[in-house]
Amino acid sequence: MTAIVCKDLCKTFQQGDEIITGLENVSITIEEGDFVCLSGPSGSGKTTLLNAMGGLDTPDSGQILIGNTRLDQLGKGALADMRLNKIGFVFQSYNLIPVLTARENVEFVMQVRGVPAKERASRSFKILKEVGLQGMENRRPAQLSGGQQQRVAVARAIVGHPALVLADEPTANLDTLSSSQLMELFVELNHHHNITFVIATHDVRVMRYAKRLIKMQDGKIISDDTQEQINTRDK
Amino acid sequence: MLTLAWRNLWRNHRRTVIMLAAITVGVWAMIFMTALMRGMVDDMLHNGIRNLPGEVQIHNRAYRDDPSINNSIPAPDKNLLKALQSDTVKAWTQRVRVPAVISSERDSRGVTLLGVEPQSEVKIGFSLDSISEGRFLSDNNDDGLVIGARLAERLETRLGKRVVIMSQDPKNNIAERGFRIIGIYKAKLASLEERYVYTGLETVQTLLKMKNRVSEIAITGEDYRNVSSWYPAIEKAAGKNMQTLPWYQIDTYLSSMLKMMDGFVLVWIIVVFLALSFGLVNTLVMAVFERVHEIGLMQALGMRPSMILYQILLESLLLLIIGLLAGNVLAIGTVIPLQDGIDISAVAEGMEMMGSSSILYPALKLNDMLLANTVVIFLGVLTSILPAWRAARFDPVEALGKE
Ligand SMILES: Nc1ncnc2c1ncn2[C@@H]1O[C@H](COP(=O)(O)OP(=O)(O)OP(=O)(O)O)[C@@H](O)[C@H]1O
Ligand SMILES: [Mg+2]
Repeated sequence: MTAIVCKDLCKTFQQGDEIITGLENVSITIEEGDFVCLSGPSGSGKTTLLNAMGGLDTPDSGQILIGNTRLDQLGKGALADMRLNKIGFVFQSYNLIPVLTARENVEFVMQVRGVPAKERASRSFKILKEVGLQGMENRRPAQLSGGQQQRVAVARAIVGHPALVLADEPTANLDTLSSSQLMELFVELNHHHNITFVIATHDVRVMRYAKRLIKMQDGKIISDDTQEQINTRDK
Repeated sequence: MLTLAWRNLWRNHRRTVIMLAAITVGVWAMIFMTALMRGMVDDMLHNGIRNLPGEVQIHNRAYRDDPSINNSIPAPDKNLLKALQSDTVKAWTQRVRVPAVISSERDSRGVTLLGVEPQSEVKIGFSLDSISEGRFLSDNNDDGLVIGARLAERLETRLGKRVVIMSQDPKNNIAERGFRIIGIYKAKLASLEERYVYTGLETVQTLLKMKNRVSEIAITGEDYRNVSSWYPAIEKAAGKNMQTLPWYQIDTYLSSMLKMMDGFVLVWIIVVFLALSFGLVNTLVMAVFERVHEIGLMQALGMRPSMILYQILLESLLLLIIGLLAGNVLAIGTVIPLQDGIDISAVAEGMEMMGSSSILYPALKLNDMLLANTVVIFLGVLTSILPAWRAARFDPVEALGKE
């Protein structure tokens, strides 16, 4: 089964008189259970692509399928439901709701889904422990470091066992140790729960975990290699 | 979701507190002022009904068109007496009311002669405090006369002097007799002082040879607003030959005053609310635009726009409810110590002309409070829809991307 299919995605932004290319004829097919890294210089279109995949932003042209659903055929409410039930997000910035504690932030998605309070509590407790935030459950985002906040966001993204996790620079604020722990967690979830990961990153340490590495530049895909290809090329 | 709304509310303490204070004061103003106005109108109506007198009157069917001695009614029969003894009736009295001419040594004037039952007349409306000189009548066959201070002045007579009263009996014969003035009263309205002279019921009945017939029966219950609940029973007991009317049909001016007051209360409440709503909308708009990022985030995470709308409305509802509670408590708290009346004689000399007293008793009515609360909640939520709707329409990418 394929998790996501993108066909000829184009997206431009207008800024004053300037027209900026976000995506240019991007086509990718991502299989279920894949672990994909998107890399490329700043401004190459990684975030734009993730947003399009998550149905947050509509491309100017082209098509996206998640499972068997065409995103352009969904209304706002249905898109929201799909994000809620199928996708876990880690955003590049503004990840947490400032008035809620770490635990409440993690529970937010489950709460909107209508998961009972008891189950929410036990799951959020467990996942926060897994991301190494034991004992900080009741802190507000402002009382957490950038890295800790990032981990709360990761916990929220994976706590509901979505089919797909879209993560934008999940390790941006993490030290080497934490980021490798986080990646181990991702790999494990990918392995045991067959969750598909698409991670946008600059971080070479992250790319090492990828099964598939897609490089972007100026809104285009310039290379698309499996881990074996990378390894053989590196040799 | 409630937690989220609650915490969001207290994010900007100062703004929330200011808004709460505004709602509280607004609600207080609504309720307190309404209570004052109600008190004033209540007072006017009480006085008005006292002068009728009674909340309900029974007459001969022809009496309203021709209030002459010919259109009298018999004293209450068994049936009617039973109805008049029910718990809903606080007091009742019967009176003869006829046009008459009063003459002193110096002058004569046209007046309305009232033959009353002193004990029940006092219960139904005549205030003993209004007697400025002498005394009020003592019983039904008291043949003294109680007249207004103004009339005494006009007739150039005084307490203890004799006057002659002349009227017509049912057979159109002139009936006249001398009376001694035993009491002088003062009324709020000078015109009343000049108009009504009181003597015992039986004295008049004998003078006019009308046996025990009377002109009217006046009845009072506990609350003039509840009249319609009990007067039909009286009407039935009185029978078809007699006309039983509640005060609002006897005196349409009084009833229109009550209606006008209801309208006025509503207008007042809405005007105060409008002033409030600017603050409310402003607060919410600010709250929403401050939170562009997280609203975008919530949408990105899969919260439907409709839920965002609901979330913001919930927040506004919380604010309204707290403000309402405080406002109600404050209003009740300020009205209760004033229950004994506020002396407004300094500012209200002209008011007596309208039949109001110089002591104002604020009247807190449950209905008025309910009205104020309903208006605030209902219109409050309605005005909050606009900012909430704006929030629901944020584009998540843009919202998340904003620095
Ligand atoms: N809302 C927007 N308005 C205008 N231009 C935009 C907007 N969003 C993205 N762009 C532009 O589109 C291009 C791709 O941006 P994108 O955010 O996808 O890059 P990125 O690969 O995620 O970069 P980074 O690694 O810095 O996060 C950039 O040139 C960017 O300036
Ligand atoms: Mg980016």
